[in-house]
Amino acid sequence: MKACLLDLGLGNLLSIRRGLERAGAEVTVADRDPAGRDNADVVVLPGVGAFRDGAAALERFGALLGQVREGRKPLLGICLGMQLLFSKSFEGGEYKGLDLIKGEVMLLPKSVKVPQMGWNSISATRDTPLLKGIKDYEFFYFVHSYYCRPEEDIVVAECRYGTTIPAIVKKGNIYGTQFHPEKSGRAGLIFLKNFLEDAKR
Amino acid sequence: MTLTKRIIPCLDVNKGRVVKGTQFKNLKDAGDPIEQALAYERQGADEIVFLDITASSEYRETVLEMIQKTAYELSIPFTVGGGIRSYGDVRKALLAGADKVSLNTAAVLDPGVIREGAQIFGSQCIVTAIDAKRTGVENWEVYIYGGRKATGIDALQWALKAEEMGAGEILLTSMDFDGSKDGYDLDLTRRVSESVNIPVIASGGAGNPEHIYRAFAEGNADAALAASIFHYGEYTVKDVKDYLKERGIPVRI
Repeated sequence: MKACLLDLGLGNLLSIRRGLERAGAEVTVADRDPAGRDNADVVVLPGVGAFRDGAAALERFGALLGQVREGRKPLLGICLGMQLLFSKSFEGGEYKGLDLIKGEVMLLPKSVKVPQMGWNSISATRDTPLLKGIKDYEFFYFVHSYYCRPEEDIVVAECRYGTTIPAIVKKGNIYGTQFHPEKSGRAGLIFLKNFLEDAKR
Repeated sequence: MTLTKRIIPCLDVNKGRVVKGTQFKNLKDAGDPIEQALAYERQGADEIVFLDITASSEYRETVLEMIQKTAYELSIPFTVGGGIRSYGDVRKALLAGADKVSLNTAAVLDPGVIREGAQIFGSQCIVTAIDAKRTGVENWEVYIYGGRKATGIDALQWALKAEEMGAGEILLTSMDFDGSKDGYDLDLTRRVSESVNIPVIASGGAGNPEHIYRAFAEGNADAALAASIFHYGEYTVKDVKDYLKERGIPVRI
């Protein structure tokens, strides 16, 4: 499996790169659409930084994201990377996302400390090969101040933090996790392996 | 389903080696930082903190190299603090692969560093470390330069200001209790944790699992940092978590 990691220029990609490699992928990092023939099997959109900057950086990947939009290439969005898949976000204003998934990105409720920072357990809301070999209520590492509110029925697993938060979403060839699998120890590694396996089909 | 309380082993690093002293003094060699971090990950540590206590700036490159190696090896988050003097240092540490940086003296001298770091990289990776010393029944003063210099700043006020500037977390060390193994300063921890709306890591004074339990149950901490009880093999992270779980504290096991 060849994974193309999109570098939005907002942080270090070493951990996610290493995580994907451990899961068996061959990883290339792209800071714009690759010149010439692109041979990636999957695209990974990693997630740190602010929504506005992330959304602006995505303009450099029009061709790759076009293939994703047409269903020809699987994509995994992680944390901010997942939020960017949605229609719009209210982080620091109102900004348009990729609109691959209908819905909004909202600030976590005032009743809890923000950001949610640490290990929360997730619960599968449907049968999914993405959680094969992972026990229900397994812990994953979250660090985020905003969360997704999908209008579509695409949630695969959720967690609770002041409200119900989509932890994993899947819509056809599009995958997203609010947690950081590359920071979630062994469970995160199994998840990445499952994703690569599932995306092959 | 709930967010769990985090157990964070802290490694004090001097010139690329782990050291441990008491009340910021009497340093002893305690091993290789990356090997120790990996051992803690295997024990179930939720995060790791590296505090670089090297006094001179000539070891900056050593620290960046350690960050890169750690990011490559570790699959849990880690924070790097100590000696971060400017936004430029924040940027270097984060781009080398640290998940978070902890700002202490630099943030007091120029709180704008917090804002700048948070705006570019996000609040989640900017930790404000506060070294606080009790000056009265309900008063604590902020110290800088590794506990050597009093600032006259009230710790509670400073925590609120750090949050306002964009810090994503407070690492709160009681200078009175640090190294004492008598337990955390629960009053300080509770007062700060209940005043801010960002997570607070209790630090300084852990001598046994009960102390950590009390930091959560009475201090309302979101995470507990400890060094020596783990370094010298008195307790494993797992021992502490088993103890906490039995007493109803949500932990990741």
